Amino acid sequence: MARNSAAPGRRVKAQIAMVMNLDKCIGCHTCSVTCKQTWTNRAGVEYVWFNNVETRPGQGYPRRWEDQRKLRGGWELNKRGRLKLTSGGRFKKLATIFANPVMPGIKDYYEPWTYDYRNLTNAPLGDDTPVARPRSLISGKPMKIEWSANWDDDLGGAPQYGECDPVVEKLHAQEARASVEEKIRFSFEQSFMFYLPRICEHCLNPSCVASCPSGAMYKRSEDGIVLVDQDRCRGWRMCVTGCPYKKVYFNHTTGKAEKCTMCYPRIEVGLPTVCSETCVGRLRYLGVVLYDQDRVLEAATTPDEQDLYEAQLGVLLDPEDPEVRRDAELAGIPYDWIEAARNSPVHALISRYRVALPLHPEYRTLPMVWYVPPLSPVVEALSETGHDGEDAGNLFGAIDSLRIPLDYLAELFTAGDTGPVRTALERLAAMRSHMRRINLGEESGAEDEDAARRVGMRPQEIEALYRLLAIAKYEERYVIPTAALGDADRLEESALPGGCSLDVEGGPGMGGSGPFGEESGPVAPASVENFHALRDRQTTDAPAGRHTAHRVNLLNWDGNGRPEGLFPKRKRASRDSEGERR
Amino acid sequence: MSTVWTVLPYLAALALVGGTVWRWRYDKFGWTTRSSELYESRLLRLASPVFHYGILFVFVGHIVGLFVPDSWTSALGIGEHPYHLLSLYGGTAAGALTVLGIAVLLYRRRTNGPVFRATTANDKVMYLVLTAAIVLGMWAKLAHSSGNGYNYRLTIAPWLRSLFTFQPDTALMAGVPVLYQVHVVVGLVLLALVPYTRLIHIFSAPIHYLFRPYIVYRSRDVGRPGTRDDRRGWERVP
Repeated sequence: MARNSAAPGRRVKAQIAMVMNLDKCIGCHTCSVTCKQTWTNRAGVEYVWFNNVETRPGQGYPRRWEDQRKLRGGWELNKRGRLKLTSGGRFKKLATIFANPVMPGIKDYYEPWTYDYRNLTNAPLGDDTPVARPRSLISGKPMKIEWSANWDDDLGGAPQYGECDPVVEKLHAQEARASVEEKIRFSFEQSFMFYLPRICEHCLNPSCVASCPSGAMYKRSEDGIVLVDQDRCRGWRMCVTGCPYKKVYFNHTTGKAEKCTMCYPRIEVGLPTVCSETCVGRLRYLGVVLYDQDRVLEAATTPDEQDLYEAQLGVLLDPEDPEVRRDAELAGIPYDWIEAARNSPVHALISRYRVALPLHPEYRTLPMVWYVPPLSPVVEALSETGHDGEDAGNLFGAIDSLRIPLDYLAELFTAGDTGPVRTALERLAAMRSHMRRINLGEESGAEDEDAARRVGMRPQEIEALYRLLAIAKYEERYVIPTAALGDADRLEESALPGGCSLDVEGGPGMGGSGPFGEESGPVAPASVENFHALRDRQTTDAPAGRHTAHRVNLLNWDGNGRPEGLFPKRKRASRDSEGERR
Repeated sequence: MSTVWTVLPYLAALALVGGTVWRWRYDKFGWTTRSSELYESRLLRLASPVFHYGILFVFVGHIVGLFVPDSWTSALGIGEHPYHLLSLYGGTAAGALTVLGIAVLLYRRRTNGPVFRATTANDKVMYLVLTAAIVLGMWAKLAHSSGNGYNYRLTIAPWLRSLFTFQPDTALMAGVPVLYQVHVVVGLVLLALVPYTRLIHIFSAPIHYLFRPYIVYRSRDVGRPGTRDDRRGWERVP
């Protein structure tokens, strides 16, 4: 097919992406638990959480995963401004293959354990109540539990551990340089927190894939899901280092890498991932985005870290653009996927309303799980000071003056640029006050329009955003096209252009049996069989079925006579029919 | 005795080639280094590269020593004595690295609880044979190092090459010192063990990493849920 007027060098690809609305996350860990029950409740991955929920500020899981100076994940620009793996290029990878120099150890995640439950029932009679002592699943020995995936949940231990958060560390260093008074504190009254659920980012430019020496990791071309081929993985562990989000794990029993699969068996049949399906807060959104594969590298090479957010937005394509839709069709993306991209809540939150932001774009992997930043810490801080926390005017002022969340969020989502975070938060604030006015029946008018315009939106858009974020209907949160529909034309041997159904070995003139007698050779497609059956019915006098050389096809049978093989032979041993069954 | 030098090498070759094909077909999932770096990394990061680089040099030394005939190096003007010195010092340096590496690795494997717990019986046999092969090789080399040393290039090397032409010349092995003979036998056993142990990972040296594009795209397999071929006896009904 010719691509006459397609934009030069545009290769449209589809990607299943996720957005999480942090404002609604209550930190219940249901997503983590259901994910674990589904995927990692096995030996070797006891310490692995494909989905985990971190309290921020906090160290996260594994501990201090954001400290790339030490853990060396992701990409960086070399002196000539070209993209290179932070952990070293191809030659360095091969030279250090005998022991990965910067792989996190089990203690950086946590040492998994179980309890000596048997002791509770088997302990001999004594003065003391028997207890179930913790026992390490790694060494098998009794252990002292000192850390786990969620040790600092809800800021637990924050006065002691809070400073270990790499983002806090960075902000404090900046403040020290600018000799500003310390902004982030962990004393009870001055602290703030929010939850950050994390899964694999299924990046457009995945550094784990680039790090794999065996070529076992790949990005699926149909839906962009990043997977590990378990048969090709040789356990070099370079992906664990390569992923800046530390979302590729090493199964210490099988010796292979494992990671979040975006629940691809569910996605393929149109179901949301387990973490999304079970999310109590209904804060996850799944949908298709279209992107231009040819601009991925260019975007990832953007010189200024703070421009990476905009650069990634530039890689994503607008499915409402007919040119994009045509290019997508030419690239072989099925029609229902393109339609799903138009209805995609993810596309809406990322590109249309621009309230979702990528996690740590400065890692240059172009992550595809985006976050709506939380407004709640601001609202709460405002309400505590006796102000109306939902008034647009108050909120707009507070977003700026409460620099703590804003700077912190900017370090997470925009490499430190507070602009896009402020825009997103202001849009959320405008949405709150706009909807409150509607709910309270206050007259809307110029003031209403004005508040909307201040954040660059129309009232209708604000209401649509409200519907998506607050009402959050199941069908609107998860717009997932199935893989099967996309494959339909390949699965059915139909008369669709691109392949004649009768164009198979044997063809329409087929008939008779294979070279080695009955049932030898490949199985004839049903359409070919039907073709012959129909022709036979029209041209022969004998009861149908007599002449067909192959198995009896009930469609061939016109009800006359008793074709050979329709019923099992009466006095034959059952062993024969067993052989025929195949 | 002479049958040892005909039957054993071919059995070992059969076990090596046949075993590797079998493993490739039936156990791609088990084909891995089974790294224990997650449990312990301090000693591993030192000892593992030392051992692996050492044994790679040892391997190259064996290839040169066994497959480059005496006459070729003589034609290049390298006399018997300089060759012996090169072989002795180069080989001993590489061997020392290997022995040091495997000593630390064995110490780590035995003393570190989680690492020892993850060691299977298969691993133990493999370590035994591997260590024996290395130690015997070093021992044989150093025990016969006086003067020009033992010239295996006139006996063991031509015998090995004669195996490849399927005309094994066992007479060549008759006068070889016992230490060398034992080293050869243990070495053959080690080769035979490769496909059935974690040593299989030596066949997955990822050289193609240097030449492939960084990001790998792959299509979803159509009509087949897994990426693996069906196991024999478990094929899907068409």
